[in-house]
Amino acid sequence: MADPRQPFSINRGGAPAFDVRGLAALAVVAFLAAGLARGVYTVGPESVGVVQRFGKVIGTVGPGLRFKLPFGIDTVTILPVKRQLKMEFGFGSPGATNPDQVSAEQARESDIVTGDLNAAHVEWVVQYEIADPEAYLFNMREPGPTLRDLSESVMREVVGDRTVDEVLTIGRQGIETDAIAKLTALVQELQMGLRVQQVQLKNVHPPTPVQKSFDEVNRAQQEREQMINQANGEYNKVVPRASGEAERKLRDAEGYALKRVNEAEGDVARFRALLEQYEKAPEVTRRRLYLETMADVLPKLGGKIILDEDAKQFLPLMNLPAPRAEARRTER
Amino acid sequence: MSPLPINHPLLSWSRRLADWLFSPLGAVAALALGVLVFGCAYTVDQTEQVVLTQFGRPIGAPINSNKEATDGAGLHFKVPFVQQANRFEKRILEWDGAPSEMTTRDKLYVVVDTFARWRIVDPLVYFQSLRDERSALSRIDDIIGSETRNVVARHDLIELVRSDKTRKPEQDATLAEASATVGTLPPIQFGRMELEQEILAAAKPKMGIWGIELLDVRVKRVNYKDGVIEKIYDRMISERMQIAERFRSEGAGEAAKIEGRREKDLQRIQSDAYRKVQEIRGTAEAKASEVSARAYASSPAAADFYAFLQTLDTYSKTLGSDSTVVLTTDSDFFRLFKRIDPPAAPAR
Repeated sequence: MADPRQPFSINRGGAPAFDVRGLAALAVVAFLAAGLARGVYTVGPESVGVVQRFGKVIGTVGPGLRFKLPFGIDTVTILPVKRQLKMEFGFGSPGATNPDQVSAEQARESDIVTGDLNAAHVEWVVQYEIADPEAYLFNMREPGPTLRDLSESVMREVVGDRTVDEVLTIGRQGIETDAIAKLTALVQELQMGLRVQQVQLKNVHPPTPVQKSFDEVNRAQQEREQMINQANGEYNKVVPRASGEAERKLRDAEGYALKRVNEAEGDVARFRALLEQYEKAPEVTRRRLYLETMADVLPKLGGKIILDEDAKQFLPLMNLPAPRAEARRTER
Repeated sequence: MSPLPINHPLLSWSRRLADWLFSPLGAVAALALGVLVFGCAYTVDQTEQVVLTQFGRPIGAPINSNKEATDGAGLHFKVPFVQQANRFEKRILEWDGAPSEMTTRDKLYVVVDTFARWRIVDPLVYFQSLRDERSALSRIDDIIGSETRNVVARHDLIELVRSDKTRKPEQDATLAEASATVGTLPPIQFGRMELEQEILAAAKPKMGIWGIELLDVRVKRVNYKDGVIEKIYDRMISERMQIAERFRSEGAGEAAKIEGRREKDLQRIQSDAYRKVQEIRGTAEAKASEVSARAYASSPAAADFYAFLQTLDTYSKTLGSDSTVVLTTDSDFFRLFKRIDPPAAPAR
């Protein structure tokens, strides 16, 4: 302002050079205007605002540009009712905006005693949202930490009724459904203004010092299967083959049997035929057969010596292949 | 910046306000208004209840202390300077106990962490006896702590861990076979929820005298104490190792069974084949012998002829290039070598 007096000095017609009252009045006006300006606020698209006048709730307002009475007359609390909120137990994702999402004592949260008095390491997540802004604000002072404590208590109750094997393997689904049912019931009973949407088990494993022995059981289970498979493999390698071989021996034997009988029958047929001839002329047939055989045998022989029946002394002088002489002489 | 037009309504209005404020009467009125607003009027939030005191002495009924309604919230007035508004929380409050070591009836050392919910139902009594929340929390610490200790000492650990008396655990069939104790839950008589109720029942009346209502007490965590947990781990390890051994031995047993079956089947198949082969061969040989015998022994002549034929057959089979025969002219074959006349009588 170049000359503060100007607006007033014209009107006053040469009165005081510095009009204190005018300035004060302007300050009051500016103060009021600034107050009114501070009464303007926005409610984000995911939120609602709960408006209190002198501490008493007068209503909730939806998203948009809003106005409240300034100077502490109206107060507004903005709650992100449409936002998915999450709590993590036993672990923590970095950079969470929700102060209740991660706790400072994650290790203690995750150690749970199971119903068979074993220990298990359980990590889980609870997803929730603000369902009733007024109940959320006015029924309980710390709904977030309370939900954390309730979740822990419920999870321990549910896991406490299960064996360590159920917790680790077969019972996971049951734990989730049981936990969400119990937690929902508690939250409703306490009118916390929250809605629990999901309870999800994350990493569940035996305590680190015990982990090895659980792995050992798995390994042993695998080994058992392997041993059985191996034995079965060995069985399958040997037995069908033996069956096949047995089958072959049988076929061989059958072949042999056929051959044997056929040959016998053939021999018999031949014999009968010869016999018939023989009976007609025994002497001739005999001689013929003898001579035929001789004719067949003699050419194949290695040595033939023919002696006169009277030359009895010749034999010892002969230079015969020594070992055979004895044998052959008997054939005479 | 250009000045506002001299006849602007805002200017004339503020000028009149300034005139009034700077007149003696106006100044007094403005001061009175300020004192009234900042000294007399006070707000009661929906989350709080208020006890008015005059020089430290409570005056009148507490404001907004009805549990079920919040109609006391809003703007209230008091005598400035003399009276004071003492605010107390109206909402449900949380008490989160520190984990503390306890001994169960079965002499197990555990760390129990409890939490509870409470609220101030009689702010006047609360104000008179405790003054503030910090001292309230420390009283609650004492009471719940000792009641929890009592209840835990009266029960076995399992009662604190389990809650459902009738639940039958699902069992992993392969593990259940391996061990009788794995996959079973020790039976309970009461369960955690009844223990929590016991603690609540014992602690609640002791807090009524402070204007506090204890709504519930819950066990957040039960863990084995350090030093005990190692033993639990050892037990778990030995239990698992035993299962693992069982699996291994089962595997070896099964394998041995299969091996035995293999040997047996092998022997059976082979001996079976041998027997059948022998049977077949025997039958065939018997049949061949029978056929031959019938033919060769049909008459003495046939038998004689057969013997003759067999002898001849043997000659042609046994004599070869490695044989040397010495024959005399006396033999049938060379008879003619010496003499050509027909024999006087048949040689044989």
